[in-house]
Amino acid sequence: MDRMPAWADVVLIPLISLVLAAILSALAILAIGESPAEAFYLMVDGALMRSSGWGYTLYYATNFIFTGLAVSVAFHAKLFNIGGEGQAALGSLGVALVCLYIPWPHWSLALLGSAVGAAAFGALWALIPAYLQAKRGSHIVITTIMFNFIAAALLNYLLVNVLRPVGAMEPASASFAAATHLPTFQSMFSSEGSTLFRGSPANISFFIALIACVFVWLLIWRSKLGYEIRSQGFSESGAKYAGISPSRIIIIAMLISGALSGMMGVNATQGAAERLILNSAEGAGFIGIAVALMGRNHPFGVLLASLLFGFLYQGGAELAMWTSIPRELIIVIQALVILFTGALDNMVRWPLESLFAGLRRRKEG
Amino acid sequence: MTDSAPAIELKGISKAFGPVQANKDISIRVMPGTIHGIIGENGAGKSTLMSILYGFYKADAGEVWINGKKTTINDSQDAIAAGIGMVFQHFKLVENFSVVENVILGAEDGAFLRPSISKARKSLKKLADEYELSVDPDALIEHLSVGHQQRVEILKALYREADILILDEPTGVLTPAEADHLFRILDNLRKEGKTIILITHKLREIMEITDTVSVMRRGEMTATVKTAETSPEHLAELMVGRKVLLRVDKVPAKPGETVLSVKDLRVTDDKGVERVKGVSFDIRAGEILGIAGVAGNGQSEVMNVLGGIMNATGSITMNGKPLPLSGKAADGQSRRASGIAHVPEDRQREGLIMEFTAWENTVFGYHLDPQWQSGPLMNNAAIQNEAAGKMERFDVRPPDPNLKAKSFSGGNQQKVVLAREIERNPDLLLVGQPTRGVDIGAIEFIHQEIVRLRDQGKAILLVSVELDEIMSLSDRIAVMFDGKIMGLREPATTDERELGLLMAGISGEPGTDDWKAVEDNLTALEHGETPTHG
Repeated sequence: MDRMPAWADVVLIPLISLVLAAILSALAILAIGESPAEAFYLMVDGALMRSSGWGYTLYYATNFIFTGLAVSVAFHAKLFNIGGEGQAALGSLGVALVCLYIPWPHWSLALLGSAVGAAAFGALWALIPAYLQAKRGSHIVITTIMFNFIAAALLNYLLVNVLRPVGAMEPASASFAAATHLPTFQSMFSSEGSTLFRGSPANISFFIALIACVFVWLLIWRSKLGYEIRSQGFSESGAKYAGISPSRIIIIAMLISGALSGMMGVNATQGAAERLILNSAEGAGFIGIAVALMGRNHPFGVLLASLLFGFLYQGGAELAMWTSIPRELIIVIQALVILFTGALDNMVRWPLESLFAGLRRRKEG
Repeated sequence: MTDSAPAIELKGISKAFGPVQANKDISIRVMPGTIHGIIGENGAGKSTLMSILYGFYKADAGEVWINGKKTTINDSQDAIAAGIGMVFQHFKLVENFSVVENVILGAEDGAFLRPSISKARKSLKKLADEYELSVDPDALIEHLSVGHQQRVEILKALYREADILILDEPTGVLTPAEADHLFRILDNLRKEGKTIILITHKLREIMEITDTVSVMRRGEMTATVKTAETSPEHLAELMVGRKVLLRVDKVPAKPGETVLSVKDLRVTDDKGVERVKGVSFDIRAGEILGIAGVAGNGQSEVMNVLGGIMNATGSITMNGKPLPLSGKAADGQSRRASGIAHVPEDRQREGLIMEFTAWENTVFGYHLDPQWQSGPLMNNAAIQNEAAGKMERFDVRPPDPNLKAKSFSGGNQQKVVLAREIERNPDLLLVGQPTRGVDIGAIEFIHQEIVRLRDQGKAILLVSVELDEIMSLSDRIAVMFDGKIMGLREPATTDERELGLLMAGISGEPGTDDWKAVEDNLTALEHGETPTHG
């Protein structure tokens, strides 16, 4: 028997966690002598009240959707993929190679090409840890963390020694050709007389992220592969009994996970930066873990959590710009949200569960 | 004896866990110097009641009286002080401590161990002589057989001067011979005036050893009767609430062609230990071959090889065609394709995904079949429909395909697995521990379904540690010991005693030294040595 209604699990717990995180954040802002109310207003105003703010919020959210889905898919096979950051970096590399070296006639073809490149490179980067886990039993958490560092070093090397245009001072690739530039929200939604999403990086990749959500939902809950992934995730001995090969599932789940992480490169590298820069994943690979945790590994939850974190990223940037609240405190606020929604889940869950049990007993008694 | 105060008297004990009323107004009187059986199905509330008596749970209402005095038991220390000792189903021993260290654990006197150890050694010697409870005091627990480990648990209680001993399902892990010895020990304890509460679901044990028996059903005490004045059929009826067929009703087998032929099967486990050492047998269409044996003697491995979970060497032919014994061609999918269905021994870890709904479990292992697909996706509507039908035909309760497997009782979980495997209409059905943790009412149903499949001319391999089940279902019985088949018998011409000896590795004519030989063999096995008696 489930201990509490599903809506409480999905809606109430994250909400209470958020409120708790907000209260602690307010105390922290108060402690350095700023007004929490004003800070909150600034965040909401900067991230949600103007279309350009939304343009940034949705841009960040797009990154988080890809990395959050990546963590979720692996998690359904009981694999904790911490390597989103490295897989996203490699995905960006794939995007850059496709955009730099293939003369695309039109952005739509370039988008297809770079999506394949991003997915393939991200998947490849996940394949090695997956193989080591499946065949050698090396723990996926350890290997994927290590591969983040290797990816960072590899990108650094390639940008400095291979991709940097002759004479340039910055460790970045040349700018991509104009034909590869993706339509931004500004160009898509503005009309004569009114400019929407002015100057913001949100682009068509957001819709690809939405398609990815639907794809993951179909994969996990409607396909036979998803059935096998979930079987393996719940019980490896059960999977063996059913004739499902655990090592095959580990490798496939990680390939899909890595491909999703890599897809982030389409948004960040092709859609926004329009060239490959150092640290193009911007930490989104790690935020993906928090997003998946908060979204309960369900695509819809991941979408909502991504929007929340997009808001926090953009609102945080606004705070840093308009107040004397230091950048570090914004990271503290984001960390508090992760702490409460992810790590301290049970702190809220247990009291709530006993509350519901008490209510039910009274109703029946 | 009857006019003295009861050793234990419980008055109106009630206990609820959330919405579940585990114990409802239970009263019971256990007279000193008797063995009092408590019998009931899984979840009837036996263990909860004993946990209240031992101080693990606090009753919501009711009183505990010990030897005529009202007693409050808040924790196990109180229980021990009141002279109650408990032997749990899962032993609570420190594996890498010696027997004597385990006995004094928690009952040490003073800061130094030496005096307590020598005191315990003396008292162990005395107890061993008095009650046939001999165990080497310096042996490490991990080297002892299960039967000996149980004796250490009893010794622990007696060392703490328990007058009242509670045993929870004590024979579940024992060979028949070891169970007999346990009952002799219990009989000796009774003669010394100790009071024993025996919790079990086995009717035979109740009839054999107890003086009085109380029956529990759904948290209530339905009856307390003198054992001499009742019968197994009557007790079963009290347990389930309706008449139950205890014997399996079946006509003699009409065996046909050989379906499965196993030759010189050998299995080596991950650690490099040979678990199955050259096993050969045939199963024909329309017969049930039962494999009896104490758990861990290679039966599970034989099942797992046939079910495609483990690799092996040797040869297996199914319907005249050889089956691969390793690699992808020997996995569960390939086995299912060759007409083998498998009801695994552990339904919670293998046969079902506990977090899946009943309908998702309905196609587990067969999820790749074209009939459950529609395009690139699974045809969930068709599967749900199938699940509803199966649940109705196999009387799964509650008949709700959307409930998770973990929310069903053991018997209903097993029916979900059986429905899935039997309705595949396989040529060979592998059944492991079909009624483990299953209530009596469901046992009857499950046995009938297995026999029905046999009567349709299918071959069935049954593995069970319940000798009663093997005896009543099988047409032929193979007994496994130490990875080998000790002998093949027919139920009509053998008895539990002979099978019990075979299970302990003794195939010669039964003699007076049986017990000693059984002990030696089991001990040798625990030490990883070769059994000497054969």
